[in-house]
Amino acid sequence: MSAATNQMLENLNALAGGLFLLAAFGMVATRQARGCLNLFITQSLLLAASAALLGLLHKSDHLYGVAVVNLISKPLIVPWLLRKTSPEEIYTRREVNQVLNIPTALLIALALTILAYFLGLPLSNAVEPEFRGPNVSIGIAGLLLGAFTLTVRREAVPLLLGVLAMENGAFFAGIAIARNLPMLVELAIATDGLIIVFIMGVLTRAVQKHVGTTAVGEMATLKEAAAEPVKGEVVAK
Amino acid sequence: MSRRIIFNLMQVLVVLVFAPLASGVLSRLKEMVQSKHGPSIFQPYRDLWKLFHKDEIVSEDSSWIFRFTPYIVFVTPVFVALLIPVLTNYPLFFAFMGDMLGGGFVLSLGGFFATLAAVDTANPYGPMGASRTRMVGFLAEPVFMIVFFTVSFVAGSTVPYIVQEKWVTPLANFFMPSHVLLVLAFLMLILAEGGRIPVDNPTGHFELAMIDESKSLEYSGRGFALMKWGGYMKMFVLMCIFLNVLVTPWGLAHEQTLGAVLVAIPLVLFKMLCFLLVLVVIESSLSKLRLFRISEFLGAAFITSVAAMIARVFLP
Repeated sequence: MSAATNQMLENLNALAGGLFLLAAFGMVATRQARGCLNLFITQSLLLAASAALLGLLHKSDHLYGVAVVNLISKPLIVPWLLRKTSPEEIYTRREVNQVLNIPTALLIALALTILAYFLGLPLSNAVEPEFRGPNVSIGIAGLLLGAFTLTVRREAVPLLLGVLAMENGAFFAGIAIARNLPMLVELAIATDGLIIVFIMGVLTRAVQKHVGTTAVGEMATLKEAAAEPVKGEVVAK
Repeated sequence: MSRRIIFNLMQVLVVLVFAPLASGVLSRLKEMVQSKHGPSIFQPYRDLWKLFHKDEIVSEDSSWIFRFTPYIVFVTPVFVALLIPVLTNYPLFFAFMGDMLGGGFVLSLGGFFATLAAVDTANPYGPMGASRTRMVGFLAEPVFMIVFFTVSFVAGSTVPYIVQEKWVTPLANFFMPSHVLLVLAFLMLILAEGGRIPVDNPTGHFELAMIDESKSLEYSGRGFALMKWGGYMKMFVLMCIFLNVLVTPWGLAHEQTLGAVLVAIPLVLFKMLCFLLVLVVIESSLSKLRLFRISEFLGAAFITSVAAMIARVFLP
């Protein structure tokens, strides 16, 4: 391939990375569970796009495999499983109180991203020069932002999507470092992810059935332990 | 030399003449999306004509600022049109008089005087709109700065004529993450600065909800016409900066002949029409944000611009 095509592919991959980062920011900040889910789908599509572009760039069939597995499992099966297992009512509601207000959360997320870039630069300098790209730093940023989503959200479904976003971030960094991951590992991770979604979805439904809410962030005390209802606690029906 | 001066003045003329048209096309397109017929696209020209022939009433208690402001609001976009590429992709006579930051300062000078004039008459709605404009302004300011810093970092220059070439030579540069993210951030800025829909409703007639409009409530006759025309031109100039400097230099004149420059006019207007279509989609699909959620909107713009910056600064 010519140098111009290579540069184009590299830039497109970097662009997918930039938008991947934006989607991670969006997952920290959106109020609606549906919006969060849509952003997660976008993020997974960008991950698949990045894998395919890197596959094209390095002529690696394994990366195409990663792209296909990602394309099927995350944007298609995960939303389907979530719809099947968790109660529909979650998607129509707005998350009213997050732990931090949105501008503050975004600024902390920004600091985390810069930290990720500082961590990612020496790491990407350690790999072979041809694999140097923005993927490692952005992947670490995605990982940290996913973890940050876990700490600021209080609804069950966005929390679950935070876990999956962390996995997306790890993958995003991984595809740049190791081009020949065994296919078995890919499939195992993808299946694991689906099982996590399934279990968490069922758990969410159970929580909602017993407690009447999915705002798991507010369930800080045991029901039996408190003599009288604690402020903010929802009494079981 | 004289040719460059003439082309430069042509740019100003294009801004003066076509700015109301852009506004008319935008409102007509919006009405069409809402399945209404809507006013003619030439309605802004008729409004201006009518206003210029009306008497002007000025409050006795207002100071010189109130009388002086319409001229400043009218002149500042004209001045910026001298500095930026409207029709040509080579620098014209006045291009090196000021860079992008200079243009930004000149534009915000107009905004500053408009704010002062709104406070000047002590109309209850004017100061409210003025303070809201300042709120949007100071939230937008950091985004502006980071966008300009990143642009000048990429191009190694702050002169818009030099910046625009960098995005397409080679073509792969167009897809640089910093470029696309900058374009997104600047689009959000235009929406905020131009008083477009997620931030402000330009067609709203409810004084309590106004942000931008309420600043010209006290004006009448010629002063109001100048304020309106200045507002159209500010939007037009912002769109020129966005389309010709940040998005693409495509469609601009390359050769220093009168014919090439004349051909560039319809091409630039076509590009603008495409942008107006995007704007219509945004305005028709979003609703106006509550005042205190504007900080979230501009926070998102800030994040986008900083992401553009670190994607560029931390290149491995």
